[in-house]
Amino acid sequence: MTAVEARPDNATEIGRDRRRKEDARLITGRTRWTDNINLPGMLHLAMVRSPFAHANITGIDTSAAESSEGVVAVLSAKDFDESLGACINAWPITPDQKTPDHPPIAGDRVSFAGEIVAVVAARSAAAARDAAEMVEVDYEELPAVVSLEEAVKDEVLAHPDLGTNKSALWVFDSAQAGTGGSVDDAISTARQDGIVIERTYRQQRLIPAFMEPRSVVCDPTGEQITVWSATQIPHILRFALAATTGVPESKIRVIAPDVGGGFGGKLQQTPEEMLVFAMARRLGKPVKYTETRSESLMAAHHGRDQIQKLTLSATKDGQVTGLKVELDANLGAYVAIVGGGVPVLGAFMFNAIYKFPAYQFNCQTVLTNTAWTDAYRGAGRPEATYAIERLMDELAVEVGVDPLEIREKNWINHEEFPFTTVAGLTYDSGDYATATAKAKEMFGYDELRREQAERRANNDPVQLGIGVSTFTEMCGLAPSRVLGSLDYGAGGWEHAQVRLTPTGKVEVITGASAHGQGHETAFSQIVADRLGVPFEDVEVLHGDTQIAAKGYDTYGSRSLVVGGEALVRAADKVLEKAKPIAAHLLEASVEDLEFTGGKWTVKGTDQGMSIGELSTAVFAAHNLPDGVEANLDSEATFDPENFNFPHGTHLCAMEVDTETGQVKMRKYVCCDDIGNIINPLIVAGQVHGGLVQGIAQALWEDAVYDDAGTLVSGSFVDYLLPTAADTISFDIDHTTSPSTTNTLGTKGVGEAGTIASTPAVVNAIVDALRPMGVNDVAMPCTPERVWRAINEGSAGGGTTDAAAPHFDPSTGMSGTADRPEGDVQ
Amino acid sequence: MIPASFDYVAPTTVEEALAALAQYGDEAKVIAGGQSLLPVLRMRLNAPEWVIDLGRIDSLRGIRDEGDSILVGATTRHSDVATDPLVAEHAALVARATATVADAQVRHRGTFGGALAHADPAGDLGAPALALDAEFVIAGPGGERVVPGSEFFQGLFETAVSEDELLTGVRIPKHTGWTAHYEKFVRVAHQWPICAVGATLKVSGGVIEGAAIGLTNMGSTPLRAAGVEQALVGQQASEEVVRNAAALAADGVEPPSDLNGDADYRRHLVTVLTRRAITKALGASWT
Repeated sequence: MTAVEARPDNATEIGRDRRRKEDARLITGRTRWTDNINLPGMLHLAMVRSPFAHANITGIDTSAAESSEGVVAVLSAKDFDESLGACINAWPITPDQKTPDHPPIAGDRVSFAGEIVAVVAARSAAAARDAAEMVEVDYEELPAVVSLEEAVKDEVLAHPDLGTNKSALWVFDSAQAGTGGSVDDAISTARQDGIVIERTYRQQRLIPAFMEPRSVVCDPTGEQITVWSATQIPHILRFALAATTGVPESKIRVIAPDVGGGFGGKLQQTPEEMLVFAMARRLGKPVKYTETRSESLMAAHHGRDQIQKLTLSATKDGQVTGLKVELDANLGAYVAIVGGGVPVLGAFMFNAIYKFPAYQFNCQTVLTNTAWTDAYRGAGRPEATYAIERLMDELAVEVGVDPLEIREKNWINHEEFPFTTVAGLTYDSGDYATATAKAKEMFGYDELRREQAERRANNDPVQLGIGVSTFTEMCGLAPSRVLGSLDYGAGGWEHAQVRLTPTGKVEVITGASAHGQGHETAFSQIVADRLGVPFEDVEVLHGDTQIAAKGYDTYGSRSLVVGGEALVRAADKVLEKAKPIAAHLLEASVEDLEFTGGKWTVKGTDQGMSIGELSTAVFAAHNLPDGVEANLDSEATFDPENFNFPHGTHLCAMEVDTETGQVKMRKYVCCDDIGNIINPLIVAGQVHGGLVQGIAQALWEDAVYDDAGTLVSGSFVDYLLPTAADTISFDIDHTTSPSTTNTLGTKGVGEAGTIASTPAVVNAIVDALRPMGVNDVAMPCTPERVWRAINEGSAGGGTTDAAAPHFDPSTGMSGTADRPEGDVQ
Repeated sequence: MIPASFDYVAPTTVEEALAALAQYGDEAKVIAGGQSLLPVLRMRLNAPEWVIDLGRIDSLRGIRDEGDSILVGATTRHSDVATDPLVAEHAALVARATATVADAQVRHRGTFGGALAHADPAGDLGAPALALDAEFVIAGPGGERVVPGSEFFQGLFETAVSEDELLTGVRIPKHTGWTAHYEKFVRVAHQWPICAVGATLKVSGGVIEGAAIGLTNMGSTPLRAAGVEQALVGQQASEEVVRNAAALAADGVEPPSDLNGDADYRRHLVTVLTRRAITKALGASWT
């Protein structure tokens, strides 16, 4: 019998701040990232990309490239047939959505700068890159439409054949849905005798900027075609490959090996993946493509890019009565896999934690000649949270009360849960008052308000502002039925399997696909507690469709709340199967057994068996009860009945240098309620990283195109990512209102920090400048914008659409790298 | 991010390096630390046939005392300049500015001469070198010549060093006892400055006896704020004197407009930063 260490009676893994077991291999480079995979005879691809945002392709001359050393093939669209497949839109948000065809390689026309027009296969990556520069493409430039403001006019069309740039209009109206009253009535009443606040906010375009650039390898030489991809979604990719190329799904194996971050940016089925698959099949050899950082910034999907026109109505004393949202969302050149759905995910969140009696959401998605947009950490919910949390501050100013007071007046009270909102969602649990009280205490709220008053009185050149964000979000995507009702093209369940080896070790298979989250550690903790085995004895397997055959992958803060629950259920099934066997071996009746501390014991005796001992006995199968199969392995599929609603109170103090417009974070405190916590260390990592990503939208990041559709912020010189040197240490804590829709009581935490922090920062900056008549600063709040807001009273307007050259006076380095110049006819 | 292929030569003496330059001429690019050339090569903005690596020429590295001045070898790394006691004592402004270049990794690769020869007006070293009346030692086929900062910086990415020449070192007249501050304005720490001001002062008995002010990224070359200097020298150091002098910092500048700010904003910014740089160099308590 194998000795399996018995667990103490009280499970101890959940709640423990275990160091992540995957980190040693991830940090030291011991793992193999996709780009490290080298196969015998492997060929390398380089992409030829359009430098123009919109142009007809009038000719492609590949002859020079073909004769370049080491080149095996140079192909353009005409060389492929329909077996190339297509990039799919899995979420047509309305039945009449205009969805341009999205081939992986452009044929007659390119629709954004960075679109692939030819592909080179060569014996080395360097040879492929050299040859790519020799491909001569003749373009006939067409007028490009870049900005949302221009695109909605329909004067210049991103896709002339569609006749319009408007893709879909998606509307939710609480009066129609029966979840509330008429928003227009509420607004007109407030115009007579109340408060109406009208604002327009811009969600600038962002770039996910994951650490590991995208990379794909395809080996067509086996019985199954194997694809390795740095993706968040191996299962969905396999489905999309099969569905669009005609290759049977059973002949495709997709592996997401260790993946270096995604933030939604790898929730995509990409042209590059389709081309690698096609080229490998065509050439009969393994093929690899790894993008450069320039290509990644230019042609991997972007996020946000919305204009929000908002109308909030309230009574004179600040009770909210209605909220109307008119939103334009820039899809870019194509409707990406869930691109159109991203703003719809925000539709249910504008009302946030507040008891609005009437609500209307109108979303117009719009096509432009820019890189396509899709999920980016928070996906729709940061935009919504920003809008409402900025508006609540405006309402507080209008009423003349503290921003926390106006929130308290309008939020859902703890005793009102479960609460069905005006958007039709039922929030299961939460306690906004307790989280806020705790955050205020941590922050030293009253003291900072006193300091703010002093600085104002002294006319201090450095003013202090305090920003509030009492956010909530919906996450844990799932539930399949709800996704179906929104015309989403897939489900949202998650699958798990628990296997026991003969020596009593546990293999956990999950359909979630980690790319930095720490699943291996957290899931091991859950299973160790559930089965009473040591943490070290649990091995988590994922990301390979031949091992984890079923799954919906990782995004939308779903892995723990959906996948974790599937895991619990699979583990419980193991225990159910084990119990009669344990009773048989212990010569006791099932009723006399109890499972404590990882052991079945016969009540009133010291006789017992651990799960490890049982798995060895089942492996031998010498002495099993009649009719019982020799197998403890179990699986479960979990589809929750509801989303999951984390919330929290975030408080931010910003110092604003009124002479220069420079802002500096003084203090950031958050008290998040994410239900029960499996691993506090992983949670802290998610919160800190999430906060920085949200703060970065407020202060630094901005994907800027010039009027011609060239990405000006095309390198990290101009697309400003913060480092540790630019941030402060955040004070984080938690309240605990366990979720009622999974047995662990957990809520998602992967996106919470990003969703919450952006409005807290901008609210703080605006709060500092209120006495100067400022009520908005556009994001990112650059020093120039802040200074102009102070001196001109504007929100800061646009910035100069030009990058500073730092490496070469004639070309600069932005937006022109890694692609050959085309000839303009 | 794969450069086009190139041939590589690593001379061990200045003479060999000059010979290589003479041989390959405009087909060649010189590399020291690679702070600027490596991104250029990797992004394929340039594809030289030859790269001449100065890294093995020992005589180009290091800082030495030359009596009235110190000589900083062209391939001395930023990290060494920033921590060198001679620089700290005699050219405090250079030490202050060098410590702010990019990030720690870059400072351990990038070189003093390489950054100056690259002549990015947003580089941190040009304005301090100019303010301290540095002389640039240039070796060429005809021997060595020395040019002052006012002649060295000729335009955006343009210097007095011609294609067959090498910058071998920078001679900085000793400013012993001068206090200094480099006021750099960025949005994120590793960024090129939106604007920066280097100020170094000699104060005796409360009187400003010497003042040198250099401006970064306020034109196509590093600039010297002569008007500000004149308004300071001979004056009792006071808040009013400093404020009035700093207000002159934008005279004659032609700053760029880009994502981080337009020219008007930079013209305003430079006056604030100049005031702060001088104030901090003075160690004054007013702000």
